[in-house]
Amino acid sequence: MSKRRVVVTGLGVVSPVGIGVQTSWANLVAGQSGITNITKFDATPFASQIAGEVKGFDVSQYLPAKEARRMDTFIQYGMAAAIEAVKDAGIEVTEENAERIGVSIGSGIGGLQLIEDTDTIYHESGPRKISPFFIPGTIINMISGNLSIMYGFKGPNVAIVTACTTGTHSIGDAARMIEYGDADIMVAGGAEAPITELGVGGFAAARALSTRNDDPATASRPWDADRDGFVIGEGAGVVVLEEYESAKKRGARIYAEVVGYGMSADAYHMTAPSMDGPRRAVVNALKNAGLNPDQVQFVNAHGTSTPLGDVNETGAIKAAFGDHAKRLVVNSTKSMTGHLLGGAGGLESVFTILSLYHQVSPPTINIFNQDPECDLDYCANEARDLKIDVAVKNNFGFGGTNGSLVFRKV
Amino acid sequence: MSDIEQRVKKIVSEQLGANEADVKNESSFVDDLGADSLDTVELVMALEEEFDCEIPDEEAEKITTVQQAIDYVNANLK
Repeated sequence: MSKRRVVVTGLGVVSPVGIGVQTSWANLVAGQSGITNITKFDATPFASQIAGEVKGFDVSQYLPAKEARRMDTFIQYGMAAAIEAVKDAGIEVTEENAERIGVSIGSGIGGLQLIEDTDTIYHESGPRKISPFFIPGTIINMISGNLSIMYGFKGPNVAIVTACTTGTHSIGDAARMIEYGDADIMVAGGAEAPITELGVGGFAAARALSTRNDDPATASRPWDADRDGFVIGEGAGVVVLEEYESAKKRGARIYAEVVGYGMSADAYHMTAPSMDGPRRAVVNALKNAGLNPDQVQFVNAHGTSTPLGDVNETGAIKAAFGDHAKRLVVNSTKSMTGHLLGGAGGLESVFTILSLYHQVSPPTINIFNQDPECDLDYCANEARDLKIDVAVKNNFGFGGTNGSLVFRKV
Repeated sequence: MSDIEQRVKKIVSEQLGANEADVKNESSFVDDLGADSLDTVELVMALEEEFDCEIPDEEAEKITTVQQAIDYVNANLK
């Protein structure tokens, strides 16, 4: 039996560069940074005081107030992005198809703000003041859970947790579920809301964050010689995946086809990157797609703006693509959004798909002085019209977990 | 409407996401206002907060309508 084909028919975004696919994509192509000083709490005592915050998010446009206030922000972002994606895909849930529609939306950390707030309430007022909605408001599978309840999606319902690779794995695994026949439609992606005192404090303690506090808009600078860490970001990116024949039959708009998915582990270090793990994720994804390296034109990189990570990914891309690496356009949209952790793979998959769909590479902004050790074409500072037939999306996470997706123009 | 009655109804309406007009004295939280078991736990917590009191679990279980909440507050507050 030949493999069932999987295509993308819906997109949704809540991001530091805008809410909604159109706004965020327009800002991205224009090279607009979404990084500002942190406004969510007083960041004065913290080494890193900058972040990619979502601006002007009005949850009442998506959910009744009673439900929304029982969800941590990461669930609200995930729901909002998923609602946009489902609307965009034009899915109608019927008695016949309900059991064939599933959800796979993960998060790296979950409801950190609500955990912090509830801890404060507990220490001030004791256990009787812990809300009955504390647990369902913070656990990671509650985007998938709440979305299934809202729409009546009765198919597979999962939430993957693999740090910064969460969104990528969520989409890759969801595509496999469609290929394998467990579902015909999957709503898939990732969400995160880590801009809290413990979130920022924890990553700062690991010396992972940029401390360019006096110039937030240029702080996230992948592949620049003066990069000094990633900028934490928040939001969500969600796609609707659909079995090709089903999408064709209902005349859905097809953005791209998911043709390959690869995973790997570094088996090396908790936080430090290794070159071989990411290389193998890319190689596995291309093998799964049945494509040669020279058939790829575009890579949306993990590109976090950390000193080690960017050199490492450059090396991994060269190792995976060989001589063809020099002919690729490799961009990092994190230069504008910051790093959404578990949301990154979701958001950046949406952007990769839009790059294919519109045949444009967004810029990697803030490359003022390109690191000589990072010597690929990163689409520095200006968007570029680009003929893209095949695009690769990479993400790598703490623990040494890697994922790569391959999308093709249909 | 007494002050306590007004405050109870406001909390019930906020907590259960119901229109204030639908919150009548005889309304049952579960049958009329669509509350589930977690909603009612949270509602009792909100009443405790508003009236600065502690409602023991065995008492809380008996509060199933708006009027019962009003009565409880009237009987147990100063």
